[in-house]
Amino acid sequence: MSQLSTQNLLGIKHINKADIDLIFKTADHFKEVINRPIKKVPSLRDITIANLFFENSTRTKLSFELAEKRLSADVINFSASQSSVKKGETLIDTANNILSMKVDIIVMRHPNVGACDFLSKHVDAKIVNAGDGTHEHPTQALLDSYSIREKLGDVTGKKIVIIGDILHSRVALSNIYALKLQGAEVKVCGPKTLIPKYIKSLGVGIEYNINKALEWCDVANVLRVQNERMEINYFPSTREYSQLFGINKKMLDSLDKKIVIMHPGPINRGVEISSDVADSNQSIILNQVENGVAIRMAVIYLLAQQIKQ
Amino acid sequence: MFGITMSKKTLLNSKEIHIILHRLACQLIEKHNNFKNTVLIGIQPRGIYLAKRLVAILQNDYAISTIKLGHLDITFYRDDFRRRDEPLEANKTLIDFIVEDKNVVFIDDVLFSGRSIRAALTAIQSFGRPSDIELLVLIDRRFSRHLPIQPDYIGRQVDVINEEKVTVHWKEKDSKDAVYIINK
Repeated sequence: MSQLSTQNLLGIKHINKADIDLIFKTADHFKEVINRPIKKVPSLRDITIANLFFENSTRTKLSFELAEKRLSADVINFSASQSSVKKGETLIDTANNILSMKVDIIVMRHPNVGACDFLSKHVDAKIVNAGDGTHEHPTQALLDSYSIREKLGDVTGKKIVIIGDILHSRVALSNIYALKLQGAEVKVCGPKTLIPKYIKSLGVGIEYNINKALEWCDVANVLRVQNERMEINYFPSTREYSQLFGINKKMLDSLDKKIVIMHPGPINRGVEISSDVADSNQSIILNQVENGVAIRMAVIYLLAQQIKQ
Repeated sequence: MFGITMSKKTLLNSKEIHIILHRLACQLIEKHNNFKNTVLIGIQPRGIYLAKRLVAILQNDYAISTIKLGHLDITFYRDDFRRRDEPLEANKTLIDFIVEDKNVVFIDDVLFSGRSIRAALTAIQSFGRPSDIELLVLIDRRFSRHLPIQPDYIGRQVDVINEEKVTVHWKEKDSKDAVYIINK
């Protein structure tokens, strides 16, 4: 197969295993490209991409922008904080105004669940979800799986534990969909208050003891506590969270195997993960960032391929 | 009786290909001597077979051991992205040396419109600025060029009409060496 089964990348829920394989295969080629002396290909020189970020982002926005530029696309950036959204413009109006400037692909991050899905039904452009509220963040899940595959050779059959604030995490949900599609075993671990009740229906195990979770897994994907999305207190204090769910080097050294540590960033050092773990040779956090560019190049390239002249 | 018929004509057989490959290898030696400052670049996907064959002859029959061979994929540099019915599928690029100031020889099986070579000329720039670039092809389809590109080393020139297709078969992949002209 050399074509995606979907017209937009709204979430991992909407794609299949063959799509993931195709994205990974294409990303392999782009990873080679971004390690050349000249890291750019001319494929998308007649494509224009708008990055609409209605929510703060550093690495995802940079990663998408770099991926687009490495493909030679024209890129325009939009941040809600500097836009007419503040003046009361609706999402569709904003998008249509941008589209009338002949934009082919929209990469959007939005604080509301389903915003990308909604937009895809109302505008005539390819939509890539760069994170919609607490729902999905598909490119992050793809780059996480790609990084696991790179480190361990395969995702199938591997045991992955996702640790932390599962309730507010779009990274967790997209990862669960992606890992299950590829035949991995998945558990989540965190405070009871931050693990949603529906999680079992996704075929995921639950573990409340961090040490047991680490003993079980091949890979630990550690998430940040998303204080900005919490309207109530889900746990007594950051200090207590860190004591019960934080990972330090001593814990890793006490295991009889070397597990892989991942983190989508931004890291709160000393809270969910200690500095010596984040910077250890078991951590593939910076590989994830590098792979992010290759994965996003692959996704954009494959979607752009469907736009006929 | 009005059905579409497809005819297949053998242009080169295995023995003829063998002779041609040795001649091409000798022509390369004549120009590049010990290949000290020369790199060979096979164009993906089908140019790789020819490139590997030539390298094997140069190494085994002429004892030239220092040949650098790279594989170049041109998919992301093509000018027909989004213009084709079938999506393009990329192949692996494998160039683990720098082409800066080197004599580069592109190797491909069939030269037709010249567009692949145009793309390869752009693609190779990502690996440095070569001193010069030459082109070696097994089959040169004359009078079919869309661009002003000509080969420097030619296995066999043929005049075929546009509806005809030239396909090169290699022992490693297609069980025997042969070049066919297929009338669609």
